[in-house]
Amino acid sequence: MSEHDHDHPPITDGDEPAAAARVRALEELLVAKGTVRREDVRQMIDWLVSRSPADGARLVARAWIDPEFKERLLGDARAAALELGLDPGPSPVVMAVENTPAVHHMVVCTLCSCYPRALLGPPPDWYKSLSYRSRAVSDPRGVLSEFGVELNDNVELRVLDSTADIRYLVIPIRPAGTQEMNEEQLAALVTRDAMIGLAQPVATTPAPVH
Amino acid sequence: MLGYDRQMERAVHDRGGWPVDAAIDRSEHELADWELLTDALVGALNREGVMNVDELRRGIESMPPDEYERASYYERWLYSLETVLTEKGMLEPGELDRRLGG
Amino acid sequence: MRYRVGERVRVAARAHEGHHRTPGYLKGKTGTIERAHASFPNPETRAYGGDGLPEQPLYLVGFVQRDVWYGYQGRASDRIYADVFEHWLEEAQ
Repeated sequence: MSEHDHDHPPITDGDEPAAAARVRALEELLVAKGTVRREDVRQMIDWLVSRSPADGARLVARAWIDPEFKERLLGDARAAALELGLDPGPSPVVMAVENTPAVHHMVVCTLCSCYPRALLGPPPDWYKSLSYRSRAVSDPRGVLSEFGVELNDNVELRVLDSTADIRYLVIPIRPAGTQEMNEEQLAALVTRDAMIGLAQPVATTPAPVH
Repeated sequence: MLGYDRQMERAVHDRGGWPVDAAIDRSEHELADWELLTDALVGALNREGVMNVDELRRGIESMPPDEYERASYYERWLYSLETVLTEKGMLEPGELDRRLGG
Repeated sequence: MRYRVGERVRVAARAHEGHHRTPGYLKGKTGTIERAHASFPNPETRAYGGDGLPEQPLYLVGFVQRDVWYGYQGRASDRIYADVFEHWLEEAQ
């Protein structure tokens, strides 16, 4: 058993790895055989590149200002996303979990890389890495520390391993000093990492305009 | 280092608690075109009912362990695509290599 | 659904040939039913071209980290959760 602390970059020959030419040839083959249609692949690419954490941030910001929406979000995040006109993605169940001063959640997929991509965009490389998949479950406080998150001793840390079809989204704690902010301003504070549980939003003051 | 249950045999993809010495590499990269294409191809095949996500995962898990650990994320997906599609008779063995002139 | 929220359950310490979604680090460990999800197609058969039917009940099961990891470096109240299928669970003794 070898120990690897990070995923390797693709084995390259020139600018692109061998896999690049290989998958292009595979697509051509499959299109030629009628197994898949090029338009469908293109549409899928368009969908993938359209995904970003902005949608997840909208859910969080709305939950911060509207307690009844938050309850609906906690009850059924898929339905709550649809309510805001967002695409919750193909997963049959999306669950939002709420961070509080007493409880902090963190999400991982130890077996592969399951992630609420429709609402957060593509997962970061580290989320898919062998080292995160290993340590997020066995040493979560160590991982949080590396990410600059220090939890108080009295905070219960809950790690969620996405082992099945359910996707998890973390509702981070609304930072102090944001009472005057509107929903759009609040959404801008919510980062991708915060919705995985690896960061805590902070109130940022806008740079002065000269 | 943290102990973990050595009595339970693990497949290479089953990483929870696997011994790791180094800090997590937090560098990120934009997905290359070929990586997006691989992702989209899997998605399109799934939508067509040709290959589902469980088959994708199973194909990835069938990689020889050293290859799994050496491969990049989407190289694993590509391996799975080739394996499962060949198994389903949608690809002839060696057909892709011949197309590439290999 | 066989188990209820709050019930103590043990994850089967079973070696399984082929695709399954029960992580090794939880096999043989005892936890508590946190949530009863709906039933879902069985990935163990879907992974080999089957339709995954009949659907299998799925649960969110919570474990105390110190019960899972020898030498766990964290708080006694830290927990870990995973979605586990009913056929991987047994009543805890």
